[in-house]
Amino acid sequence: MIKVSKLSKIYKVGEVETIALSDVSFKIKKGEFVAIMGPSGSGKSTLMHILGALDLPTKGNYILDGESVLNLNEDQLADIRNQKIGFIFQSYNLLPRTTTIQNVMLPMSYAGIPKEKRLETAKKLLEMVGLGNRLNHASNQLSGGQQQRVAIARALVMNPSILLADEPTGNIASVQADEIMKIFEDLNKQGHTIIMITHEKDIANHAKRIIHIKDGKIEKDEKN
Amino acid sequence: MQDLLETIIESFRILTHNKMRTGLAILGIIIGIGSVITLISLGQGSQKSIEDQIQSLGSNLLTVSPSRQSSGGIMGQFGGGTSLVLADAKAIEEKLTKTTVNKVSPEYSSRSQVIAGRNNTNVSVVGIYPQYSEIKKITMEKGVFISKQDVNLMAKVAVLGPTTAVDLFEEINPIGKTIKIGTQTLRVIGVTKSKGGSGFNNPDDMVYVPLTTAQKQIFGKNNLTSISVEAKSKEVMVQAQDEIGYLLLDQHKLNGPADADFIIMSQSDLLNTVSQVTGTLTALLGGIAAISLLVGGIGIMNIMLVTVTERTREIGLRKALGAKKKTIITQFLIESILLTFTGGVFGMFFGLVTSFLISKIMNLTYVISFSSIALAIGVSSLIGIIFGLYPARKAANLQPIEALRYE
Repeated sequence: MIKVSKLSKIYKVGEVETIALSDVSFKIKKGEFVAIMGPSGSGKSTLMHILGALDLPTKGNYILDGESVLNLNEDQLADIRNQKIGFIFQSYNLLPRTTTIQNVMLPMSYAGIPKEKRLETAKKLLEMVGLGNRLNHASNQLSGGQQQRVAIARALVMNPSILLADEPTGNIASVQADEIMKIFEDLNKQGHTIIMITHEKDIANHAKRIIHIKDGKIEKDEKN
Repeated sequence: MQDLLETIIESFRILTHNKMRTGLAILGIIIGIGSVITLISLGQGSQKSIEDQIQSLGSNLLTVSPSRQSSGGIMGQFGGGTSLVLADAKAIEEKLTKTTVNKVSPEYSSRSQVIAGRNNTNVSVVGIYPQYSEIKKITMEKGVFISKQDVNLMAKVAVLGPTTAVDLFEEINPIGKTIKIGTQTLRVIGVTKSKGGSGFNNPDDMVYVPLTTAQKQIFGKNNLTSISVEAKSKEVMVQAQDEIGYLLLDQHKLNGPADADFIIMSQSDLLNTVSQVTGTLTALLGGIAAISLLVGGIGIMNIMLVTVTERTREIGLRKALGAKKKTIITQFLIESILLTFTGGVFGMFFGLVTSFLISKIMNLTYVISFSSIALAIGVSSLIGIIFGLYPARKAANLQPIEALRYE
């Protein structure tokens, strides 16, 4: 499903070149739950951005669902992000002063899905993450864990090929973090492909496979 | 369509979050649109007032007057010519009423001292035919106007303008009383209704007498000082002017227009001149007001740029969730159009009310022009697009990854 070969990303600030990723190659199959682990500055965030079609690599190839992502224009990349990737951010990134259901419906409105269908799908997913009674709460009135669950519902709403989670529990108290990880495990059991970035061993241990990254290179790729 | 409506509703919600800022941004547009509408409306109102005043003197009116006359190489005084005679008026009436001319009124007018008892005044004494009242739209306050019979019989009767009537008779009803002009004693048979004019040729300050009486008995002259001609319609004014010109050249046995001993002035000449002046004035005032509109537009641009910066993370998120450039541009353009459009609507009411009050105070005709309303709606939306486009494009061109990282 995902095939990454010889991926490199080099940032250039003036004369100074920083290598964020160098020659990274791996494959991820449908239904896998992969954690990408590494200390800060290891290049794991850069990798995540490239996998999420938010950023393009300097060199190498990235094939998602049999399609090379590198030759696409901006609008096509927007469609990939909209339909094939579900993002879950460390800081949730919900629209403030906007109800939870509206937040969840947002990706669907970019896809031009009619309103009735949007409401129905969003409601169903919010019920699934246990927020069926919080549909019309403003997102900034919710706790961190609740906000992240709204973000998960939002990520699932377009039924994407992969879920990309960037430190999903980084801002959440540990009790709630366990709830979030439980949701991820359930989603994976239902067949969702999940790629999660973290620097915490405890969190990474929920995944079935762990890719260790250090200094822009894959250090270790192990089954868990 | 549904999506657009939703975007508009969402933009409205976003704009109401920061009421103070939104209100101030709109205020700039309100003042801009309001002042443009007020000044244009006042300009058009004063133009209308002046035109109405000119029109009230009679519509489709041509005035034939004698011009300077040369006799034996000596140029006569302007307007002092004696070239026009009653036969000229008769000729116009006989030959041109079939084509372009409606009514012809020969006139002899001269200023004279008029005495009634112990009061006296210096006014224009105008010898006329009855059709004068129709051409010049004169209506009666009291009594009757000069009749055909009065002219035929050289009757010693007079009709007074309302100002003259007050000057001579104060509160007393002048009908049946007598006035003296020169050596002649005339009986007052009517007073005309006020037309609200002013100045040298004020129709309210005149004494009307039968033409024959004026020519033969009061002033002892045979010529006319002017012939007023009413054309059949506005469209044939120019044609009528030409026809009268050639007819009179023929009557006076002159070779060509260069020799003419008369001039023909049309009311539309006067109207055009006045319209041109007031039109320029209106445009000038509107232009000054448009500067404030421009300043308002810059205010909108400023606010939108601040908004884009503040919402960088939100834009990044929207892009990460699949918003295309077009979607982002539309969203921010709608926000800025909503600001200016709202300003435009309020500005329109503000402008209409202000111009209504000012025209009441200044006694001008109140004109609501459709163009003002179109201007408010159209120009304000256009300003939203013009001044919103740059901030919207700036938002749409943000790289998602950098926008998401923005603190």
